[in-house]
Amino acid sequence: MGLEAQLKSDGFITSTIDAVIAWSRKNSVWPMPMGISCCAIEMMAVADPKYDIARFGSEVMRFTPRQCDLMIVAGTVTYKMSHVVRKIYDQMPDPKWVIAMGACTSTGGIYRTYSVVQGIDQFLPVDIYLAGCPPRPDNLLHALIQIQKKIGKTKARDFQNKPLPELPVIQNN
Amino acid sequence: MEILKEKDVNTKILQALMDAESDVSVDDALENEMILNMGPQHPATHGVLRLLLRLDGETIVACVPELGYLHRGYEKLAENMTYYEFIPHTDRLDYLAPMSNNVAWVLAVEKLAGIEAPKRAQYIRMMVAELSRIASHLVAMGALSMDVGALTVFLWTLREREKILDIWDVLCGARFTNSYTRIGGVANDIQPEALAMIKDFIGQFEGSIDECERLVNSNKIFIERLDGIGVATKEQAIDFGFTGPNLRACGVEFDLRRATPYMFYNEMDFNIPVYTEGDSLARYFVRADEMRESSKIIKQILDKIPHGEILLNQPKKVLPKKTDVYSKMEELINDFMIVNFGINPPKGDIYSAIENPKGELGFYLVSEGEGIPWRCKIRSPSFVNLQSLPHLVKGHMISDVVAIIGSLDPIMGEADK
Amino acid sequence: MELQELIIQKLQKNFPDSFISSNVYMGDLSVKVDKKEIVKICTLLKEDSELLFILCEDVTAIDWSKRNNRFTVVYHIFSFKHNFRLRIKADVDESDCAIDTVSSVWKTANWEEREVYDMFGISFNNHPDLRRMYMPEDFEHYPLRKDFPLMGIPGSLSLPKK
Repeated sequence: MGLEAQLKSDGFITSTIDAVIAWSRKNSVWPMPMGISCCAIEMMAVADPKYDIARFGSEVMRFTPRQCDLMIVAGTVTYKMSHVVRKIYDQMPDPKWVIAMGACTSTGGIYRTYSVVQGIDQFLPVDIYLAGCPPRPDNLLHALIQIQKKIGKTKARDFQNKPLPELPVIQNN
Repeated sequence: MEILKEKDVNTKILQALMDAESDVSVDDALENEMILNMGPQHPATHGVLRLLLRLDGETIVACVPELGYLHRGYEKLAENMTYYEFIPHTDRLDYLAPMSNNVAWVLAVEKLAGIEAPKRAQYIRMMVAELSRIASHLVAMGALSMDVGALTVFLWTLREREKILDIWDVLCGARFTNSYTRIGGVANDIQPEALAMIKDFIGQFEGSIDECERLVNSNKIFIERLDGIGVATKEQAIDFGFTGPNLRACGVEFDLRRATPYMFYNEMDFNIPVYTEGDSLARYFVRADEMRESSKIIKQILDKIPHGEILLNQPKKVLPKKTDVYSKMEELINDFMIVNFGINPPKGDIYSAIENPKGELGFYLVSEGEGIPWRCKIRSPSFVNLQSLPHLVKGHMISDVVAIIGSLDPIMGEADK
Repeated sequence: MELQELIIQKLQKNFPDSFISSNVYMGDLSVKVDKKEIVKICTLLKEDSELLFILCEDVTAIDWSKRNNRFTVVYHIFSFKHNFRLRIKADVDESDCAIDTVSSVWKTANWEEREVYDMFGISFNNHPDLRRMYMPEDFEHYPLRKDFPLMGIPGSLSLPKK
């Protein structure tokens, strides 16, 4: 049974490094739960025994950006918060992906007011926009599967010759 | 942890932190005090609360909370929409208990417009408000346990909470943000399946809450993390404006369901759990006891719930049923008038408050006789409860801050509005 | 109701100059007072042994969008003894946009007043820590004033670079 049973006598398989990396990367997406408001509760529900995000290899919710590949922005982003979100995004190591969870994250939603950013794509590159206010947990799982599909298609040359982002250099004294 | 730059913190906030008076004395005081930034992205601040802490070693000398990272402009929004349109917005105030917020809003509008919902609707509202109290306290209990290191409790209480969300799925078609109540009644009558589900849930609830409690209540680590941490005396609690479970943990027997009875709470038989210690542990126990009282109330409601209408027959104030709108001329006109011009309550102002899971949720509404409110002020319990945080954390360790915030159970959605 | 008469009587007796009017609407008693003696009035209501309004529930303001007495500051206080809620109103003019703080009477009023300052621009004299509550410190406008548009003023709040 299992993978070993499928292998021929000495246990070799031939593949490209690209395919192996993409396959392993997509099955262990570590999310950074950027829980801001209501959607954060549904994001918590995804981790609970009923929906169980562990089935998709993403149960490792890290609260530090340094260990994450996927940022789930869950909740209304205000102008005051936007600087924080951007800062945390900048701290995540490449390659990284972003899910804009919920209507107000994607477009401002029902909050057409002075303090709410009308869509986080004004300051972040977004891979998946997720509908719903808030989206049901099944919907978030669906978004995760879509992200996995996207990651599965990445090739090494997607990352080659990529210009480094200009970041403010922090000098420790 | 990184070094704070000047551009990260506004100088006024830093000044407030340095000016904050403190009577904390540390035995072997360090030469330099340290300033630590906690949040707004921190797993234990329950949302986007930011704390600036002035530390001596690990002891907190002073603390300044910084709010507004989730300020969505609710009060401005309310001034720009009709009373009906604001119902979905109340869901997202205290998003752990949307149903209670719905009930609070419609009760306020009904008081302003001088109408009263039929008896059956009021009973249904009471039932959903109590269910949402259980749902909210379950998260509070689980999150507090998770903050002090017991992850299993969180998974188990969320499992119980999912059962309530399933009930709401059947009851009103949405599992999380419900918008179930309407001015003058509720959106739809309670289905027999939903009633059966509620009966099932209440039947097994006490057993499962005992199960969750057994995990931690005799755990030495859990008790010692919370016992005597973040103490507020009776006088301080009132001075800080605590309401709800936080106030009752300080020895004040005050519950709006008893003090200013609304709906039919005066016909219900329930106790108000009161603890006198005023520490984090007492706040945790009050919530656990309150869930049992809520399930007791729901049992009584299930026995007493009367038959009859669920929507008031008052064409100028209450939206008619959709089936009538599609088949009758008069109802179509009324529907058109209410949707376009609002319910136009008479000129005046009222304050109406109910006992929400977090405390007293009040709405102060000023009407100028138009379809939209002139002013809507939301008195949110989390905002007021958070105010005591600098006092409660003073002199404790950094790790206790997490426990104190968890036991206060703030929700930034309503604290920031 | 006897209690309502008692409150009005006490205020009239102790502050004949500051007490303006009272009315009852939908069972809520509200009294209108002059802003000059607001701290003394609040202290009396809190400390009088027959009243004991020890819980301050809410401090807020209303913008009437008119020339004279543009703002009204509204206090909601509660007495555990009588289970009774009282509303106090005090008018504030735009030319002298300030009122004394009651945070020395009830600590709760501290943040509530900061919120009013943030949203309406009414400043509170002798307030211990008068900063903005929700909006960033460098924000220049007062959102809940009626002349502030719902969608805000473009460029008044900054976004990070993409």
